[in-house]
Amino acid sequence: MILGIDVGGTHTDAVLLDNLQVRKKTKVLTIQENLIESLLGTADEILEGENPRALKRIVFSTTISTNAIVQGKIDRVGLAIASGPGLPPSLLKISEDTRFVSGSINHRGIEVAPIDAEEIGRVGDHFRKEGIRYLSVVGKFSTRNPKQEIRIRDLLNGDFSHITLGHRMSGNLNFPRRIATAFLNAAVWETYNTFVGEILKFKKQARLETPVYILKADGGTFEIGHSAEFPVYTILSGPAASIMGILSLTRCAGDAVAIDVGGTTTDIAVFSGGVPLLEPLGVTIEGHRTLIRGLKTRSIGAGGDSLVRYKNGEISIGPERDGPAAAFGGRHPTPTDAMIVLGLTDIGDSRKAAEAVGPLAKSMKIPIREAAERIFRETCRLIASAAGDMLDEINNKPVYTIHEMLEGKKIRPETLYVVGGPAGPMAAKLGELLGCSAVIPPHAEVANAVGAALSRNTTEVTLLADTEKKIMTIAEEGLQTGIPGNFSREDAVEVCREKLRERALLIGAADEDIEMEIVEDLEFNMVRGYSRTGKNIRLKAQIKPGLIAGFSGTDKT
Amino acid sequence: MRRRGKTGLIFFPAFDWAISPTHPEREERLLYTQDQVFEEGLLDLENIIEFKPKVATPEDIQRVHICVPDVGSVITESHLISAGGAITAADKVLTGMVDNAFALVRPPGHHAMRVVHGARGFCNINIEAVMIENLRKKYGRKRIAVIDTDCHHGDGTQDIYWHDPNTLYISIHQDGRTLYPGSGFPEEFGGPNALGTTINVPLPPNTSDEGFIYVLDHLILPVLQEFKPDLIINSAGQDNHYSDPITNMRFSARGYATLNDRLKPDIAVLEGGYSIEGALPYVNVGIILAMAGLDYSAVREPDYDPEAMKQPKEITKYIEEVTSDIYMFWKKRESLKAELLGDARYARRERNIHYDTDRIREQQQEIIRVCGDCGGLITIDSVASTANHIFAVIVPSPACPACRDEGEKIFGSIDKAKRRIRYLYFQDRDRDVYICK
Repeated sequence: MILGIDVGGTHTDAVLLDNLQVRKKTKVLTIQENLIESLLGTADEILEGENPRALKRIVFSTTISTNAIVQGKIDRVGLAIASGPGLPPSLLKISEDTRFVSGSINHRGIEVAPIDAEEIGRVGDHFRKEGIRYLSVVGKFSTRNPKQEIRIRDLLNGDFSHITLGHRMSGNLNFPRRIATAFLNAAVWETYNTFVGEILKFKKQARLETPVYILKADGGTFEIGHSAEFPVYTILSGPAASIMGILSLTRCAGDAVAIDVGGTTTDIAVFSGGVPLLEPLGVTIEGHRTLIRGLKTRSIGAGGDSLVRYKNGEISIGPERDGPAAAFGGRHPTPTDAMIVLGLTDIGDSRKAAEAVGPLAKSMKIPIREAAERIFRETCRLIASAAGDMLDEINNKPVYTIHEMLEGKKIRPETLYVVGGPAGPMAAKLGELLGCSAVIPPHAEVANAVGAALSRNTTEVTLLADTEKKIMTIAEEGLQTGIPGNFSREDAVEVCREKLRERALLIGAADEDIEMEIVEDLEFNMVRGYSRTGKNIRLKAQIKPGLIAGFSGTDKT
Repeated sequence: MRRRGKTGLIFFPAFDWAISPTHPEREERLLYTQDQVFEEGLLDLENIIEFKPKVATPEDIQRVHICVPDVGSVITESHLISAGGAITAADKVLTGMVDNAFALVRPPGHHAMRVVHGARGFCNINIEAVMIENLRKKYGRKRIAVIDTDCHHGDGTQDIYWHDPNTLYISIHQDGRTLYPGSGFPEEFGGPNALGTTINVPLPPNTSDEGFIYVLDHLILPVLQEFKPDLIINSAGQDNHYSDPITNMRFSARGYATLNDRLKPDIAVLEGGYSIEGALPYVNVGIILAMAGLDYSAVREPDYDPEAMKQPKEITKYIEEVTSDIYMFWKKRESLKAELLGDARYARRERNIHYDTDRIREQQQEIIRVCGDCGGLITIDSVASTANHIFAVIVPSPACPACRDEGEKIFGSIDKAKRRIRYLYFQDRDRDVYICK
């Protein structure tokens, strides 16, 4: 059996899957003030009368880190930044508790300016004096050479509760994002680790020996003990759960678009060959652009309960929402009311819906039904055009080789998956606008929990081999090691696969779920003067987001 | 600092294209620049937007060049993308999507002349000229200034705009007596119908930031103020850098940023620059920040030593004199014209052109009709060591009726066999027609 629980902003969904079929499902309101209670209460409820020993896997998706960030309930973080030349400190400072320190690494990972130990000592004293317990140490190009970050941490060490190092967060290049990511990781450290502590306590009390996994923003999972080091990876797992849910309920294997129509907002995601697309660099949260691997989603301020207005001859939908639809006692007309008037759905009070659409129809000087039709069409158009823009953007993403420029894959979705309250009435119209056949997945009401339950463990490694310097670096591992001058791309691929497997096993992956993929593969001759002095080999390997082995789609659930 | 507008960036490092595996113009050239641009997070800045380059078409190339025997024979896909990247930069600026744009693309183009028998100075087609003629076709005839800050004289761009009074070409470069291509002297001042719209400023080896900025402030900016271009284009070569392996100057990344901050080009297009680790990453970050109106004061090469890079006093003095002489020359351009031309009706240029990259030699005779009403009809008779003998008739844009009539007449009357011409071209730039017989 597998237990999946998604603690969402409004609802907490739980499913118990047995032999890959939904054995039990439940949906309760989330207690915002006590997310742990929501989670554990739901777990208790659904496990009632079950044999805990039959549980093979438990997966939680939680908004605990997301909420801490969104609500500003984060700890003070002291940032020690070694920025070297480039952007001015004024463009890099994200908090008052930032200290810029000496030390610099260049693009090849060569140390070009040393650390000043005394300066670090002073910075540490300052943070201590301020009562700061959480620190982040981030250096430019630390993914190319982590030594300075490690050295700074060692110089600072002692009585701080936790120090996040930038290079451990991601192998991708982007210094401002690295700073933001390390900052957020330290900022939610305590909140998240308290949560982990509670879960482990619960596990002990319930005598559960089943491994517990946590869902990440990239739609993959990691073992809870490992997650304690990287709390920030768990942000935005809600949208990820929803996308993985759609994947698990539909057996999507081709190019597709998934649309989750909510009350206030609508989330859009894209699948390429059955794999949900990732953000190229990382997700954005509360204005912080990060290096956190995450599924690519676009959110627009239009949903079933969006405020509908008519002004200057045009209908506008959202982005505001002011309570529920009129049919459910709200004060304003909404797209949901329009759908009720059109008879596309039989929920709510149809008289109230018509009454709300009435004044709009009057200003438009058309019958109520026609006004409802126009509201419905406009809502669909808005969502479809956002999806179209997202596809255009993906298909026009800049590429850097002639090969990709001329032969690059374009995503041409054939299927549209629609979930959410108004999925029924809207699916066909949205499909028509996007030129796709529309599908409403079954069990959609607990899609998030199913998605969490069935997501495999994911991770990635970034390798840079410089045979001129005879050094290989694996950023995420903080690893630098010597290599022979004749180290080849094939050797690099082998190292990459080995490291990826190690990492996957460490975060709790089952052997059969380690499906590796090389996502970046570049090899350059390094030439000085007119002769070849070495090779610069760059590889990135990942376990892509997907479902655990043995799950073969909707027919079994 | 000036108002922060939006800056477009077209980045195309062509990681799978090289002239040859160890040639300076190879796959690795923009690798460390990409690393630096990515690591600095420049593409995340609110006012910097990256665009994918479009692919230029053979029509775009023919609008500028006479390719022998045809476009397909002298280019690769990479050239079409590099030129397309420059066109994309211009499109984004001229449609108002951004305030300025930088095409950080390769391969470069400023040594490619009007007639192309092959590659010279690592260039096959002139990507700036292809961009300029494309934007003129789409957005109307613009008065354009090209400021070429590559260390090598942009003899290709000079050749293409030699007779165009609507295009000001100013090149600052290392003195041709000490560096390829060996041209670009102050006496090279434009053709008879466009005297003064070509300006060359040869600088001595070891010129540093001080010298470059001096020329900018005392010559380039005043001339621009008088010429009043609709668009300023920076042919942004980066080989004046003190660490460049094939030149001898002392320009720094901060210097490049300052130059762009003051010049305020609408469009910048990458040209040469082969110090791929020590210079390009920093120079490009400096240029991008300067164009985006952001603080570039922290841009600095790790090994930069301003004291060691100071230019000797005699160089400062020499540059001051050269700058002043050239500015005087420019001021007198109208009277010079009368003096030089007298009542000649045609002017002739005879040249031996060397294609170092492809090892081709060309003998070219160019005749221009002296014309007060347009850029003037051009005919070119060219023989290359590839045994290709061509003749081209070029009607300028805009063209006066007299030049057009004469051009059409010549094109109609050439006897190919008799003159042993293998290819005969008619390039009507005014009507955007291109014929090869």
